[in-house]
Amino acid sequence: MNKQKQKFIGRSVPRLEDRPLLTGQGRFAADVNFPGQWAMRVVRSPIAHGRLNGIDASAALAMDGVHAVWTFADIAHIPPIPFRLTGLKALEPYQQRVMASDFVRYVGEPVAVVFADDAYVAEDAADAIELDIEPLPPVMNATDAPGPFDAAQSTEPDVLRKGYGDVDAAFRAAHSVVALDLSVGRHSGVPLETRGAVGYFNEALDRLEMHGAAKVPHWNRDTMGRMLGRTRDNFQLFEGHVGGGFGIRGEIYPEDVIVCAAALHFKKPIKWIEDRREHLISANHSRQQTHRIRAAIDAEGHILAIDDEFFHDNGAYMRTHAATVPDLAAAMLPGPYRVPAYRATAHIRLTNKTPCGTYRAPGRYESTFVRERLLDAIAAKVGVDKAEIRKRNLLPKSAMPYALGLETLGTHIVYDSGDYGLLLDKALDRAGWPQLQQDIARRRANGEKVGAGVAMFVEKSGLGPFDDVRVEVQSGGSIELVTGAASVGQGIETAMAQICAETLGVDYTTVSVIHGQTDRIGRGLGAFASRVTVMTGEATKRASTKLRGRILKLAAELMQAEPAQLDIVDGEIVRTGGTPGPSMKLTDLAAARPGELIAEDTFESTHMVYPYGVHVAAVRVDAETGGVAIEKYVMAYDVGKAVNPMLVEGQIAGGLAQGIGGALFEEFVYDESGEPLSVTFADYLMPTAHEVPESSILITEDAPSPLNSLGLKGAGEGGTNPVGAVIASAIDDALQMPGAIVTLPVTPQRLRAICKKK
Amino acid sequence: MTDKTAITLTINGKDHKISVEPRRTLADAIREDCGQTGTHIGCEHGVCGACTVIVDDAPVRSCLMFAVQAEGKTIRTVEGLADGDKLHPMQQAFMDNHGLQCGFCTPGFLMLAVGVLEREPDISDEALIDVLSSNLCRCTGYQNIIKSVRAAAREMRKA
Repeated sequence: MNKQKQKFIGRSVPRLEDRPLLTGQGRFAADVNFPGQWAMRVVRSPIAHGRLNGIDASAALAMDGVHAVWTFADIAHIPPIPFRLTGLKALEPYQQRVMASDFVRYVGEPVAVVFADDAYVAEDAADAIELDIEPLPPVMNATDAPGPFDAAQSTEPDVLRKGYGDVDAAFRAAHSVVALDLSVGRHSGVPLETRGAVGYFNEALDRLEMHGAAKVPHWNRDTMGRMLGRTRDNFQLFEGHVGGGFGIRGEIYPEDVIVCAAALHFKKPIKWIEDRREHLISANHSRQQTHRIRAAIDAEGHILAIDDEFFHDNGAYMRTHAATVPDLAAAMLPGPYRVPAYRATAHIRLTNKTPCGTYRAPGRYESTFVRERLLDAIAAKVGVDKAEIRKRNLLPKSAMPYALGLETLGTHIVYDSGDYGLLLDKALDRAGWPQLQQDIARRRANGEKVGAGVAMFVEKSGLGPFDDVRVEVQSGGSIELVTGAASVGQGIETAMAQICAETLGVDYTTVSVIHGQTDRIGRGLGAFASRVTVMTGEATKRASTKLRGRILKLAAELMQAEPAQLDIVDGEIVRTGGTPGPSMKLTDLAAARPGELIAEDTFESTHMVYPYGVHVAAVRVDAETGGVAIEKYVMAYDVGKAVNPMLVEGQIAGGLAQGIGGALFEEFVYDESGEPLSVTFADYLMPTAHEVPESSILITEDAPSPLNSLGLKGAGEGGTNPVGAVIASAIDDALQMPGAIVTLPVTPQRLRAICKKK
Repeated sequence: MTDKTAITLTINGKDHKISVEPRRTLADAIREDCGQTGTHIGCEHGVCGACTVIVDDAPVRSCLMFAVQAEGKTIRTVEGLADGDKLHPMQQAFMDNHGLQCGFCTPGFLMLAVGVLEREPDISDEALIDVLSSNLCRCTGYQNIIKSVRAAAREMRKA
């Protein structure tokens, strides 16, 4: 009888999300259909930069099954897509209209859309539309001198400056200076599900709906509502299953706005599903930066100052993320080290390529590569081991909490907790670092090109400013949890159910988590910046605690007891401590007090929380083919508290695969005229089961966050952040050429060229 | 291109009488004409494998086959794997080993793995990774997919 109260937080319980996804019952954007819907096909510019003189749609309009063709004139009343984050005033003239007006600025830019009976007809009609575009010279390199954007603006919208301390004095006093030129290639999240949106105008209710929402449904509803003249009462967004997010999915794109505008205008359901070529040239790209970095050091390799000037290639327009990526790159560059003086100068540049946004570990994949290359170079300069140089420069545990003296995303960066030295020791121990060094030396003596690298990083997560959660015991006794967060496949339903269930005293499988439905909760911030487990998690705990109090109070009245004498165990209200006496099922209480077992609470936070990690890699290089085989990969990550370790490991392992993609394979390549050359999965190479090695994952909880009651830190980006850095470090070592790798991805062509130079 | 042909597709033992253009892909016919949306389309050029179904006991990319070519053949999709509420060992193994995250590539991986293991129950580890490398997943990093398929292979050999 004396049932044990179940713990769910910290357990690797199976996911609640899995069954429908495994049985073909998922509901992704392309699975949504309305009777009588029209298919929309986007006509895209085939020219990287040019003057749009005319569009002839007469042949398309004459085709059977074609209903309409829209060009800029049809949507000229719709304002440009506004900024969601880091929206600097200077960037506003560079916002993207939902279709090109007089100029086209990248291959893939929407210039017209076709509405037809079905997708095949729409595609035929789109092919029949003739564009009169007068080509202009494109700007293809962010490091070249800026060119004209339009008559009034250049392709350098702004220069960000961040820093603290007296950098110039530190360089004057330095024992020596280490300087590097480094660049990271253009790649992106590329979820397996392409984008898609279905607009539906319910005339009877005067309600506009968009299905296929993701990531930030509430913000998108409010913002597109302002663009289209709809309010939060008559415009709703619905998130179904989302086939991967990674930062790029779910931002407001031109196509989302057009679908909604057309549904409203034609009073017909409008369905748009992107194809893969479109995705690769029109969904957000990311990452491309070139850094010129210098460090002033003393004789032992202690950093005295860092000065970094970099060029961020944002493509043709400033989309919803505005300056977010370069801002994060500059703000997070110092990482886990003591950097007494720091200066970053970030040139935001536009080029005639696909516009950019965030991609998992935005700005940090880039700046960790740069910083960790710098640490390796300092180690080589001073003549010490790469682990030792890091130990010499790490911030000690006693420095926590540590105010970096920089701001990003509207928050002051304060590392909330951490023991970086301890995690480095644990990671090196897990990797068997001394033995690894011996093995490498032995194999190298036999002529093999093998080497090891190590990289460290600080991540950020849990961006506020708020999250709301409402929890209710429903009439059948099951629990419904409603949040304005979103799912991109990461397991939010399971993690929130675990926190709710343990707090309440029910089984986690009885909790159903509703997310991404703007008609179910007034506001919400969605899923980005590894924020959900931290923000929604803490809000869930608070709302569940409140609901528990309410349940016990109502039960106490019926059970003639004091609330303090009662507990909830496995969905049953019982006397505390196994005291015998009558009990009551939650189901029965819900039936006795219908509509009363409900509670809502909010978590607000003005600071992010900062998980941190260490990756260690060992590689073998084939100098003939330029191929890199990853032989060992260790990831240590301190997440404060892991709600579901299986899901945390899943995030880290998946993040690694994407990091490897950017380190070795994935790159959006253009020719000099601006023609994109990576437009299929045959030329944009994502890692397969062959290329991703088995990895060893060490999750630690040595530094719980003091900023929430569970000690949570987000886990979404630590698998990706330092992968380019550590792979570069290991390849350098394998080649016995310190500083050889200055460019990502390290493609076979690039690596062969380096090997030949030797 | 609008002349349609009447065909019958046999999916998971059920006949679907549909009328399609010759150019309609099997993937589109399964999804749009037969309403079986568990089969997903990720690239439409035969690389990602999200659309993998089993046709006459062999895993095929349904985006690379025309619907008219599948007439008279036995088609199996993800919707036909479970036996009522009881998951197929492959589905169960994916759940037990966290072999899926967003779930978009999952039906393709399930059908690929089931199709291969039914033909080669004792496939070597190396050959299995070769097979699994023919589909793309963007969430999991593959190790849990490999683990899941190995676990299912053990179960399927018992059956």
